[in-house]
Amino acid sequence: MLLKTTSLSFAYPGQPSLSFPDFSLSGGEALLLLGKSGSGKTTFLNLLAGLLSLSHGEVILDGTVLSSLQGHRLDLFRGQHIGIVFQKPHLIAALTVKQNLELAQFLSKKKGPSPLSLLQDLGIASKASAAVGTLSEGEAQRVSIARALINTPKLILADEPTSSLDDEHAQRVITLLKSEAAKIGAALVIVTHDQRVKSEVSQVLELKSE
Amino acid sequence: MNLLTLSWKYLSFRPLATGLNVILLAFGLAIITVLLLVQHQFEEKMTRDAAGIDLVVGAKGSPLQLILSSVYHIDFPTGNIKMEEAQRISRSRLVKQVIPLAMGDNVQGLRILGTNHDYLDLYSVKFAVGKAWEQPFEVTLGAESAQILGLKLGDTFSGSHGISVGSHDHDQHAFTVTGILAPSGKVVDRLVLTSIESVWYTHDEEGGAEPDTITQGEEEPLAVEEGTELGIDPHLQPVTARGFPVTDQDREVTTLLVRYRNPMAAIQLPRMINSGTSMQAASPAFEMSRLFELLGVGISLLQGLAIALVVIAGLSIFIALYNSLKERKYDLAILRTLGASRGQLVGLVFLEGISLTILGAIFGIAFGHGFLALIVELTSQELVSLVDPWVFLTEELLIFGYALAVGIVASLIPAWSAYQTSIAKQLTKT
Repeated sequence: MLLKTTSLSFAYPGQPSLSFPDFSLSGGEALLLLGKSGSGKTTFLNLLAGLLSLSHGEVILDGTVLSSLQGHRLDLFRGQHIGIVFQKPHLIAALTVKQNLELAQFLSKKKGPSPLSLLQDLGIASKASAAVGTLSEGEAQRVSIARALINTPKLILADEPTSSLDDEHAQRVITLLKSEAAKIGAALVIVTHDQRVKSEVSQVLELKSE
Repeated sequence: MNLLTLSWKYLSFRPLATGLNVILLAFGLAIITVLLLVQHQFEEKMTRDAAGIDLVVGAKGSPLQLILSSVYHIDFPTGNIKMEEAQRISRSRLVKQVIPLAMGDNVQGLRILGTNHDYLDLYSVKFAVGKAWEQPFEVTLGAESAQILGLKLGDTFSGSHGISVGSHDHDQHAFTVTGILAPSGKVVDRLVLTSIESVWYTHDEEGGAEPDTITQGEEEPLAVEEGTELGIDPHLQPVTARGFPVTDQDREVTTLLVRYRNPMAAIQLPRMINSGTSMQAASPAFEMSRLFELLGVGISLLQGLAIALVVIAGLSIFIALYNSLKERKYDLAILRTLGASRGQLVGLVFLEGISLTILGAIFGIAFGHGFLALIVELTSQELVSLVDPWVFLTEELLIFGYALAVGIVASLIPAWSAYQTSIAKQLTKT
């Protein structure tokens, strides 16, 4: 098993604690995380990424217990092994497309594939030296996927990656995520309430709001 | 890609705000640079040129004018004094040494100064070529004078009357260059030195048509009378190298540079001269400190302005960093998810603040020197032209220190807020 969670729970200050179902994933597998608004989907994702600290339970990624890491070691581990795709692309506007990828490489201190060849794979090599502000929404989302992939992570987390895209682009983004994750043997977790995505992924985990 | 490049990308992403902050700081630091340079160079030059001169004795008038004209050669002399009276002072037991000076002529605006070899020793000059004057009409050029006049050893030229350019020429007698001094950075660089006799004889020639009358120009430094009754031409006799020139005539000199024999002299001699003779005595140290006191108000005003500008620049940089960080909270969270530590984010903010202020310091120092060069270029005032705008002082490193301090202080709060940024909270906010 590449990714395994056991009895995760988390509580925001002054609120009842949320518990999450256990699951495990092998490399190359994809999981769809469904749930209504407020069911804690994003919180679950943040826990998987180590962005929030657990009140209970364990996240084990490739043999490493996430909660055993502290401070900069956790940050570095996240940079090297977890790629995150957000709802909006959130690229660094002061940098070009290629520089955004180079920044991710610099911060993770990991030597991955060259940014240009990755952009070529994703079909946006022509935009390599373009300013981020000149990209279309679909292009920007592909660049953010490239950024999540640049360090060949073991886990790819995608938070509502299709919600602001039209049908055609949504389809392309999901296909891209699946094929790239399979190519590098990473586990893929997609959080969504987008019905268009459901048919694409076989494994589904539904969060019930209490 | 590294943190420095990233911070630079962020700065150049907002060129207007960055430019404004850099210029604001640069102006403040430029004023400090100019003040530093001017103050340092004036004080240094003024002290160096007045070293070894305790008292200046000359005709009555403004004491400051007397000092400026006789020590620094920038103002007009107050008039002439009788040599007989001057010699009386040199015989006083309070006096260790007296160097007589005779002025009144110039060549292309450079002053021709009649004096003796003691004056050369006073500034411990070194000769680049040749030697000091020995015969009448032999001159020694200061390094800068030689360059301005374009004269070499053995060349001749004639002086013109008065202290500044534009008067009639003394063309009867040409001066011959017998020596050129090595550059010393002192006032002698810009002088044309000769014997007192040379200055006398130049003016004798003027009155040559009526040898028995006494010319009375405002700055005419001499009484005119041909000394040929002894049957020898004084123009062919060697001049006096030390002390006063020997003459049996009623001659005048312009001023005396006096060195005291003992500390008592500082109390007694000025009073004696000022009340007991028709001359006045002035102390270079006292007059210059009086002058700096007068200029002091202006200097403090400028210093205040400079400090205000630097403080405003610091505030403006703080606000710019703080605002841009508010816009960039999301960026910071993204950086964290990409593997950046809190320390790296803090480093990023400090790098931005410090790059801004270091840029400001570089521009400020460049502006300061450039501005001074412009002033020196545009003005013909001799006092100002003493300043060399391309001298770099170790004190200018202090300006980098100030800039660094401003950068660090302005970055403190933004850096703290970057440190505090919670990634999950930022990312869930839309």
